[in-house]
Amino acid sequence: MRALVELASVIRSKNAGPFELTVDIIFKDRKIYEQVKGAQSLDAALIARLYRIPEEDVLAVTYFDPACAFKATMKRRLPSGNLGEKDIYGAQQHAPLLEVTLPWGDADAAAP
Amino acid sequence: MKKSMTLLSPTAILGYGFPESSFERGLSFDPDLIAVDAGSTDPGPYYLGSGKSFVPRGAVKRDLAYLLRAAVERRIPLLIGSAGGAGAKPHLAWCHEIVGEVAREEGLSFRLAVIPADIPKSFLLEEMAAGRVAALGPVPPLTAEAVVDSTYLAAQMGPEPLIAALEGGADVVLAGRCYDPAVFAALPLKRGFPAGLALHLGKILECAAIAALPGSGSDCMIGILEEDRFIIEPASLDRRATVDSVAAHTLYEKGDPYRLPGPGGLLDLRKSSFEQLTERRVAVSGSKFVPTAPYTVKVEGAKLIGYRVITIAGARDPRFIEALDGIIEGVRERTADNFSSEAGRYELTFHLYGRDGVMGPQEPHPRPAHEVGIVIEAVAEDAALAEAVLGFARSTMLHFGFPGRLATAGNLAFPYSPSDFKVGGAYVFSVYHLLTVEHPERLFPITFEEVRS
Repeated sequence: MRALVELASVIRSKNAGPFELTVDIIFKDRKIYEQVKGAQSLDAALIARLYRIPEEDVLAVTYFDPACAFKATMKRRLPSGNLGEKDIYGAQQHAPLLEVTLPWGDADAAAP
Repeated sequence: MKKSMTLLSPTAILGYGFPESSFERGLSFDPDLIAVDAGSTDPGPYYLGSGKSFVPRGAVKRDLAYLLRAAVERRIPLLIGSAGGAGAKPHLAWCHEIVGEVAREEGLSFRLAVIPADIPKSFLLEEMAAGRVAALGPVPPLTAEAVVDSTYLAAQMGPEPLIAALEGGADVVLAGRCYDPAVFAALPLKRGFPAGLALHLGKILECAAIAALPGSGSDCMIGILEEDRFIIEPASLDRRATVDSVAAHTLYEKGDPYRLPGPGGLLDLRKSSFEQLTERRVAVSGSKFVPTAPYTVKVEGAKLIGYRVITIAGARDPRFIEALDGIIEGVRERTADNFSSEAGRYELTFHLYGRDGVMGPQEPHPRPAHEVGIVIEAVAEDAALAEAVLGFARSTMLHFGFPGRLATAGNLAFPYSPSDFKVGGAYVFSVYHLLTVEHPERLFPITFEEVRS
């Protein structure tokens, strides 16, 4: 297993308009990126679990080759600024991603 | 000789500032255009709803003084989009007044085009009834009530009205709500450069040096547009553009990095390639614009839902922190009882910093720290009720008796006297919808004005 924080150079969240939140993970190099992309271990189901939302609220997941990046866009918990808002810009919603570990190589293949 | 033009983006948002040395270096490239985006929905619904700018007046005036002087003295067209932040009528008027003030103080004369972006409510209601309004993403369907309740409605204009303003001889264009890249793409489109490259360059330039390494929202960026590619270079020699920094920026604040919808079409980056030209320059090619029919624009609106009063306090008592959920429940019950005749006219919210103040129910570890910061917020239909509810909730929490309590003098530490803060109007986004238009230019009428100083 590898910790995502060791594989990535950027892990961030931000509004994509007032109704959506988008998270970006930019990997340290193309080799790491290709391995993660090949395994498809980052997906909508994982994002839904991390953010405690139904999978249909994960609106898009994309592997973006030019930036060696994974991106997931989800429905915001609340439209930005509605009553109960805690993060208008959505810039501090990345913390659950910091704890993610990914299967890495043969030694992990047998692990559940 | 191959055709090329040079674009200067001084800062990410008008009023965010830029170093004078960077701006001077940017001007040394002999730019064909200076453009700046002044707006965003990012700071939330208050600014659009209330008609106020989220950037201070003095900061906007400072930036405008540099931009207007350079533009007029060197005869470089200057385009300003989403004036005043949210780009509706009061925001545009506010920025217009500052432009006039700078012109008088600096002795500048120029032909100014002003392009409002306001959508009349009656027009939007008609279009809605005719089925020409659609929700944008996970947004509830538009209702007549949401339209009527909105304080201001502004549509994001594409490059077309800006091009028309330039064709009308404008030296300076001051536009209401704009698609961010439009102020950069308008002149290149007028000169026949490919829309895909012009808009993709605009996407990067609208955030100025944010796409550089190290990134900054308050420093200048230069774009050189050619017929088959564009080049990005930060004006400051202390920054570089790298393939990583430019490609990473393409992801920023967007739902889908490959297909970026805008007025009248889609920017398709699936074939874009990024190339490091020199240590500080990146070239981008292959970006395409795919026009969509019918033409659509995004309409934004916000409405007032009440008045907000807050208090800020800390708690250090472990027994109080342990019992916090029950205490909050008790404070809510006492408040509901005390204001039973006002039920439904106010909302009470607790933010618990040190526990789940940032992520709320999505916090993976809602374990409180040894101390907890508490923000109590009351939003009510009128200011007096919000103050009364907040004051009651605050004093109730301060003296709330709970099982195991040892510290009977008070549960909360207040950093301030007075303890309660009147925030003012509370707004929410009410309209964020796509409007199909047959004649987009009719939504954005241009007026010309000779500024003489």
